[in-house]
Amino acid sequence: MIDNELLPFDHLIRGGRVVDPSQDLDAVRDVLIRNGKIGAIGESVNVSDLELSPDQITDAEGLVVVPGLIDGRVYFGEPGHEHRETIQSGLSAAAAGGFTSVIHWGWTTPANDHRAMTQSLLAAAEQAGTARLHPVGCLSRGGCGEELAELGELAEAGCVAFADGGRPQTNAALLRRALLYALHFGVPVASRAVDPQLVGEAVVHEGAWSTRLGLAGVSATAEEVVVARDLLLVAETGGRYHLAPASLGGSAARVRRAKDAGLAVTCDVPISHLLLTDEATSSYGFSPAVRFEPPLRPEEHVEALRAALADGTIDCIVSDHRPHHADEKDVQFSVAPPGAVGLEILVSLCLDRLVGEGVVDLGRLVELLSTGPARVFGLNEASGAGSLRPGGVADVTLLDLDREVEVDASGFRSLGRSTPFDGWKLRGAPVGTFVGGHKINLDRDSTQPSSQGS
Amino acid sequence: MANPETSETVAWSRSHLLGIADLEPAEIELLLDTAESFEEVARRPIKKVPTLRGRTVLNLFFEASTRTRSSFELAEKRLSADSLNFSGSGSALSKGETLIDTARNLEAMSPDLVVVRHQHPGVPHLLAERIDAGIINAGDGAHEHPTQALLDAYTIRSHKKTLKGLTVAIVGDIEHSRVVRSNIHLLTKMGSTVRVAGPRTLVPVHMDAMPVEVHHEVESAVEDADVVMMLRVQLERHKRALFPSVREYFRLFGLTEERLSRAKDDVIVMHPGPMNRGVEIDSAVADGPYSVILEQVANGVAVRMAILYLLMAMRGGEA
Repeated sequence: MIDNELLPFDHLIRGGRVVDPSQDLDAVRDVLIRNGKIGAIGESVNVSDLELSPDQITDAEGLVVVPGLIDGRVYFGEPGHEHRETIQSGLSAAAAGGFTSVIHWGWTTPANDHRAMTQSLLAAAEQAGTARLHPVGCLSRGGCGEELAELGELAEAGCVAFADGGRPQTNAALLRRALLYALHFGVPVASRAVDPQLVGEAVVHEGAWSTRLGLAGVSATAEEVVVARDLLLVAETGGRYHLAPASLGGSAARVRRAKDAGLAVTCDVPISHLLLTDEATSSYGFSPAVRFEPPLRPEEHVEALRAALADGTIDCIVSDHRPHHADEKDVQFSVAPPGAVGLEILVSLCLDRLVGEGVVDLGRLVELLSTGPARVFGLNEASGAGSLRPGGVADVTLLDLDREVEVDASGFRSLGRSTPFDGWKLRGAPVGTFVGGHKINLDRDSTQPSSQGS
Repeated sequence: MANPETSETVAWSRSHLLGIADLEPAEIELLLDTAESFEEVARRPIKKVPTLRGRTVLNLFFEASTRTRSSFELAEKRLSADSLNFSGSGSALSKGETLIDTARNLEAMSPDLVVVRHQHPGVPHLLAERIDAGIINAGDGAHEHPTQALLDAYTIRSHKKTLKGLTVAIVGDIEHSRVVRSNIHLLTKMGSTVRVAGPRTLVPVHMDAMPVEVHHEVESAVEDADVVMMLRVQLERHKRALFPSVREYFRLFGLTEERLSRAKDDVIVMHPGPMNRGVEIDSAVADGPYSVILEQVANGVAVRMAILYLLMAMRGGEA
């Protein structure tokens, strides 16, 4: 049924190059947003019957229009660690980075293991209003890895995956139970695959660089042995499993084989592990900015992961946005908390270093940053996110492939500042988003969305 | 007094000594030659020169050290520098202050040089970026210990005349040793062949990333060696079960006279100290005719004087 009444957040995005892999589309099109949903998409959408005011029309000529981008793994600190990131600052960073949704893995204290916490996260995100937040619920009570959390209630409240934050799942029996039980709710169980005993005190990948630099290294086996275990459990249970992340060629190969065998397995890769190698610890002079978890890997793994991006093994590229307070991060490499912020630069890094260098084409990148994560976390079924098909939610990102940017961490909206990409000159950047049809105008006000026509 | 002008035409142009890895062979030669001219000071009745008078050197030891710290202190005193010691216990270093804050506080005292030891690799590099003083790495985790490698090279050179063409066997806990990494860099840059040997749990799996021959038996490692360097077994590692027992360690990897007999007739035996007698080295070897272990200690002072002198000259000293 067509509703002809003009709502305040109707909008026409005119003349942009629409790249939407979900409908195999790459062509100049108009996109009409009606009532918060994609109303129509066509070569020239007739809006003569709609009285759109000039500020309800965006001229997207020369821009690329894509389904709203989704960052599949971010960590904010609210509640409990607001000095790292609040939901408001994090979502503001997301919007500035061209994201309409983020998948929120923590860190919260208390843990997101009950409905009230999920609801409070969603309410805070609603209030921030600049991007959507989809929480990952705890797999276990308190995130302690012992007893199952109330997964049914968490799924109802809006959790899109179950995982104990970034904590590795050492209890195989619990994981097996979760894989079975989560099938009731159609929500994936996610895990960071690593054997903590094999990691020990390690701070880098065990290889040539750990040897030269005298840093304790963890062997690649510490990840792969747990990937193998988890995939065996998935095969046995028929469960839905998301590996976050696959940081090794071997992990990607195992995911590939699992997918080929028809298992419901997906995985992400952080941008850091696609652009940097373990040599960075040396070339960055032991800077804490290149301390990551899992650690940066040697060239051959980076190559394998890049190939796995292209061949469809990897479902999403994530920022793995981990905002640490400067007081926490500004210490020597070995004691620095792992991780970097990335929400505001992920898209430019991908456009310049992955599309620009021919690792993936633009359509595939949009899959990795939108369609893929939407499918992994069930957002496509829930709202039509990850696609610009009419009827779906009007989450849209506009990209300018020619815009030159120089990364300046001091200007981030995120409260975190640590990134190894500070100062990088990149070509291609997000220039705006629509969330549920609302144009998010960060230039006007960094914290509030501007509702058109209101 | 020392007159390094006569020693070389190569100029020293670094304001820090962070490691051996990035030094050129000519720079290493220059350091060793300069040390030679300072060795003479130790033979004088009054072992002091005014070279660094009025200069301040901070000895910042986040990790316990007796011989390296004493050696630096003595070198500083013989050069007439004012030296100040901060050590890991009983100071802010153990009170939760961050490394950066400690560094800033020390910098407020305007030291010319800071000698730093820390259990974490890269700390001297971090300090070099953050503070204005010249930094000397006195050992950073298992990464580098450049002054030890230099004094080892000095000792070897004084016995063998050259470093070129020698075979040096380094035996023990390779994985956790900063001494071995700095020695590998230095000796291979200067034309020696380096062999390492130790239990497989104490030799990095990726040891072939460095230019060494990897052995797993002491016997093959010391075969025809010109130099045998034993590394201290860090007994605290034993708790983590990296080897089953001290007894078994000595039986399989300890340097005995019998094992040493496979080396060249004029072999020298070295040890960076502190030694565990009866663990990595038999007393008969440690105190035997081939041992140069105490010479290493004496040479350490001259080598450190040379480093202090060259780095201070870079800071516009009138040395």
